Amino acid sequence: MQTKNTKTLYLIPYFTWIVLFVIAPIGLITYYSFFDLSGNFTFDNYRNFFSSVYLTLTLSSFWYAFLITLFSLIIAYPTAYWLTKTKHKQLWLLLIIIPSWINLLLKTYAFIGIFGLYGPINAFLNVFGIGEQQILFTDFSFIFVSVYIFIPFMILPIFNALDKLNPSLIDASRDLGASSWTTFSKVIFPLTVNGVKAGIQAVFIPSLSLFMITRLIAGNKVITLGTAIEQQFLVTQNWGMGSTIAVFLIIFMVIIMIITGQREKGATSNGKNK
Amino acid sequence: MKEIVRAVIAIIVVCILLFVANDFLNKSSGKAGSDTVTIFNWGEYIDPDLIAQFEKESGYRVVYETFDSNEAMMTKIEQGGTSYDIAVPSEYAIEKMKENDLLLPIDHSKIPNFKNIDPYFLDLSFDPKNKYSIPYFWGTVGIVFNPSLLDGQTFESWETLWDPSLKGQVLLVDSAREVIGMGLNSLGYSLNSTDESELQEASAKLKMLTPNVKAIIGDEVTQLMINEEAAVALTWSGQAADMMWENEELDYAVPEEGSNLWFDNMVIPKTAANLEGAHAFINFMLDAEVAAQNADYVGYSTPNIAATELMDEEVTSDERFYPSEEIRDNLEVYNNLGLKMLGKYNELFLEFKMGTN
Repeated sequence: MQTKNTKTLYLIPYFTWIVLFVIAPIGLITYYSFFDLSGNFTFDNYRNFFSSVYLTLTLSSFWYAFLITLFSLIIAYPTAYWLTKTKHKQLWLLLIIIPSWINLLLKTYAFIGIFGLYGPINAFLNVFGIGEQQILFTDFSFIFVSVYIFIPFMILPIFNALDKLNPSLIDASRDLGASSWTTFSKVIFPLTVNGVKAGIQAVFIPSLSLFMITRLIAGNKVITLGTAIEQQFLVTQNWGMGSTIAVFLIIFMVIIMIITGQREKGATSNGKNK
Repeated sequence: MKEIVRAVIAIIVVCILLFVANDFLNKSSGKAGSDTVTIFNWGEYIDPDLIAQFEKESGYRVVYETFDSNEAMMTKIEQGGTSYDIAVPSEYAIEKMKENDLLLPIDHSKIPNFKNIDPYFLDLSFDPKNKYSIPYFWGTVGIVFNPSLLDGQTFESWETLWDPSLKGQVLLVDSAREVIGMGLNSLGYSLNSTDESELQEASAKLKMLTPNVKAIIGDEVTQLMINEEAAVALTWSGQAADMMWENEELDYAVPEEGSNLWFDNMVIPKTAANLEGAHAFINFMLDAEVAAQNADYVGYSTPNIAATELMDEEVTSDERFYPSEEIRDNLEVYNNLGLKMLGKYNELFLEFKMGTN
């Protein structure tokens, strides 16, 4: 039914989109990254990136992104599993998704009050005689809020993968004498690993460039690549250096996409992925 | 397929309707025409009642937008796009905007209220003869503190911030010039220093402050100090006045080693579309009664002598917010250090922030 002509017609929006909003911006960023403050062509920005400041910055960004992803996964996987077993799973799922529609900034500001010295958490601790704790502006509060914000993006793909899992496979595993742990590690997890990978992508990559939460919740004690880019563009007006950091961020993203990418059909779906 | 076409048509129809409605609304309120004045100001930096009053008196419609740093404001004006008629940069930013040819000269004949301004704030080095700028507010950088959470420290010296008893109690502003400047001042150096060894020394000194730093944040400082979440904060005088208004325990001090003295000024940027309206607005803001009401609301110090006469004596004689000329001479105004040096300051600041954890 579809002639060659209509097919190319359908491709036009896709290609326009890709060229205008993917290729052109990346091209521009790469272009800018080769210029210094006075507009001369230079590799200095790249040399500068490998100075200790930006390398430590990159490492710490990765470390925090790793922690955020790890905790999201630890919470999301059992939650998603439990969701597939409940009666009204669509309703429960909706309840998890709805908070992600609320503006990010609004949620973050709410946590400033909640974690404050005179906020509800500390009031609760006081009841047990523990006394006020400094919660705001710590690593804990930063990771907690980030996990809270990212968790729907981890739950959704895992939920979809688990939901599609054929229950008779689990029954078969049980019938053949596998313990619950073996069933999980040899059957359920390998079959849902693509959902986990998709979740990791959706959480890890944005975590690398978080910048607003770092200020509001971590009091700038946690610095990510996103903070550095924002500063270079808005404060220092060194677009070259900002672009260079952005170029590295893109490179890191591509690497993560490749590592967690879904392999060709069959390679992972039958559990023989060693 | 039919449904898709129908959906697409529906969306297009809705878009056209919204577009027409928007156009109609803008016309009836006169957007971007000769009868609006677009103002680009810092957040919480004007009494909103005064905007309404100006609209009523002059017949212009005001579009009001805010920014949170001189740099962000300059970037936006440089890119064009919005026809800002008025902006309110600080002194070093005015110098830079002049260099980049982003300002229009002000026609003093249209601003009779100019006479209300204290001559001390006129004809300053960043804008001789006030060709491009009219003073709006001025103030200092200092320390706001809560004596009820401290054991008697009074912050006559920056050194007090390093006091070990203040562990995890100090809030800093997320701004490189203020924090690095404070480090330089505490060592007795100029806060405009471009000397490599002085900067390194200041950065080493700041590193020793890290155990005391609770957070490095922006305008959230105000709420945190009012709620007594922290005992000490580095901040601007007007913000301190806001906090002290809400929480009477708080006090403000400018350390004796010196600090920053700054001026915010109204300018007419290159993007202006309504020069007549821009001048009318400047003149309106300089009116003694208007300036007094505005200063009352905003909390910063007004350069308007006629206004200070109308204000509460208790406020205008408060040396913390209206320091005498003698004290002012001990303070320094920021110089435009150039992009390279600004980058250096920011890199040191970034290093400092990374060290705070």
